Amino acid sequence: MRNVFPILTVVAAIVLLWYAGAVWMNSAWTLDRADGPLSFGEVVRDTMSQDRPRLPAPHQIGAELYDTVIDKAVTSKRSLVFHGWVTLRSTLTGFALGTIMGILMAVAVVYSRTASMTLMPWAIISQTIPIVAIAPMIIVLLASIGVEGRAVPKAIISAYLCYFPVLVGMVKGLRSPDAMQLDLMRTYNASASQAFWKLRLPSSVPYLFTSLKVGIAAALVGTIVGELPTGAIRGLGARILIGDQFGNPIMIWSALIAAAVLAGVLVSLVAVMQGVAMKRMGFAR
Amino acid sequence: MSVIEASDLGLTFQTNDGPVHALSKIGLTVEKGDFVSFIGPSGCGKTTFLRCIAALETPTEGTLTVNGMTADEARRNRAYGYVFQAAGLYPWRTIAGNVRLPLEIMGYSKAEMSERVKRVLDLVDLAGFEKKYPWQLSGGMQQRASIARALAFDADILLMDEPFGALDEIVRDHLNEQLLKLWDRTEKTIAFVTHSIPEAVYLSTRIVVMSPRPGRITDVIESPLPKERPLDIRDSTEFLEVAHRVREGLRAGHAYDE
Ligand SMILES: Nc1ncnc2c1ncn2[C@@H]1O[C@H](COP(=O)(O)OP(=O)(O)OP(=O)(O)O)[C@@H](O)[C@H]1O
Ligand SMILES: [Mg+2]
Repeated sequence: MRNVFPILTVVAAIVLLWYAGAVWMNSAWTLDRADGPLSFGEVVRDTMSQDRPRLPAPHQIGAELYDTVIDKAVTSKRSLVFHGWVTLRSTLTGFALGTIMGILMAVAVVYSRTASMTLMPWAIISQTIPIVAIAPMIIVLLASIGVEGRAVPKAIISAYLCYFPVLVGMVKGLRSPDAMQLDLMRTYNASASQAFWKLRLPSSVPYLFTSLKVGIAAALVGTIVGELPTGAIRGLGARILIGDQFGNPIMIWSALIAAAVLAGVLVSLVAVMQGVAMKRMGFAR
Repeated sequence: MSVIEASDLGLTFQTNDGPVHALSKIGLTVEKGDFVSFIGPSGCGKTTFLRCIAALETPTEGTLTVNGMTADEARRNRAYGYVFQAAGLYPWRTIAGNVRLPLEIMGYSKAEMSERVKRVLDLVDLAGFEKKYPWQLSGGMQQRASIARALAFDADILLMDEPFGALDEIVRDHLNEQLLKLWDRTEKTIAFVTHSIPEAVYLSTRIVVMSPRPGRITDVIESPLPKERPLDIRDSTEFLEVAHRVREGLRAGHAYDE
């Protein structure tokens, strides 16, 4: 509870700055349209309620969020809950896919020199190529081999971003047992698989959860990027794109806020799972 | 039958700065039920020798047999319990879980496991701490748990590398006493590395004095002390005589070095 006050202070400061920014950035349009000289109060009032403001004021986004989240039927194409759900589903699929890929690749890298020399450079290269360049290619390629719809390519793009932190974290985690712990296994004449299940894998759990937190945020970004290329009509990414095409900043901003909230919720959920797992495994102090 | 037989044993590490002669011309025979201590200045190869016996290191010269076979065959027959300087318990396992670890790996039955866990935890005075996690125990208790872990399966050789090095004197005395009782009860053969002369003299039936560069044995002292050893035996003349001889041996090793 002691944390609440500083957090609220920061939030209040951001909102204040935001309002100031809205007045400043939107005032040009107000003054352009003005017939005569305007008082400061009139300028401020106008900047708060434009239809297409450069920077929407917080309460405008709030109203839009209220309208599209609470008021609209969840099945409506105008409901953010609907679009959020589409994005969430694909994020979770991509997250699951990426996590499994990351873990399997990490096991290969840790156990095989060949894999570690061949896989790692490619993994690193894969992350240096901008995802916005790859995303359309994945969609086109999958379409050409007959994969219908957007769900699969989106999940793959999402997994593409998500597997990397998991791979890096798990390689580190699986290598975390020290020489002594490995020697101990040797004195027991433990098989390689016993050493894996009883030593390497449990040692890697803290590392795994840390990278899962990064991974799920990356998976969300991947999904949204996957929704951006033309043609998508569903998902938060599509909302951002449509808002852009129709010159509707309020729509863009509310989709952005929704994505941020979703990211926050997902990361917190993983953090809670981490807490529970650490506690049950006895790591917690 | 002798349990450990080393003759002309040597081990040279090839490092970037050239070869390091960790062990040279080590000849030693350990009989069943012996309690052998290794003492010597830092870097004289005590750990390395223990690791050779446990087949964690491979000698480059000479021969080494354990229970009549090669060290590695003995390892695969699970002839050793190894206690490292640090307790090295798994933080995600309870104390009972840690002690159960070797038993799980060696495929003991469920009933057998819980029976043994209970027995060895009793043996090291840790009954009642089964469900605790390592971080909930003091360093001395953790070290006892790691000893219990090495005792849980039927290895007849216990290799201990400065197991009490990090503990204070009082706890150390207590654990030494317990270790002697335990050795008496289990009839294991124990090889024990230490830096402390009193500890070596108090515990051992034989004390092996080593010196460095290259690591070699300079003296082997048979202890005249009886098997029954209360703590105050350390004030007896016999004890002091043995301690004196060990100290002389250590000093001689150093003089040779200079
Ligand atoms: N893996 C290794 N590679 C290279 N040199 C090593 C290795 N292990 C040990 N040595 C060297 O071998 C020599 C003996 O080391 P060892 O650890 O056996 O000494 P020790 O008697 O146990 O010393 P301490 O009392 O400090 O534990 C040292 O000079 C050390 O630097
Ligand atoms: Mg040592």
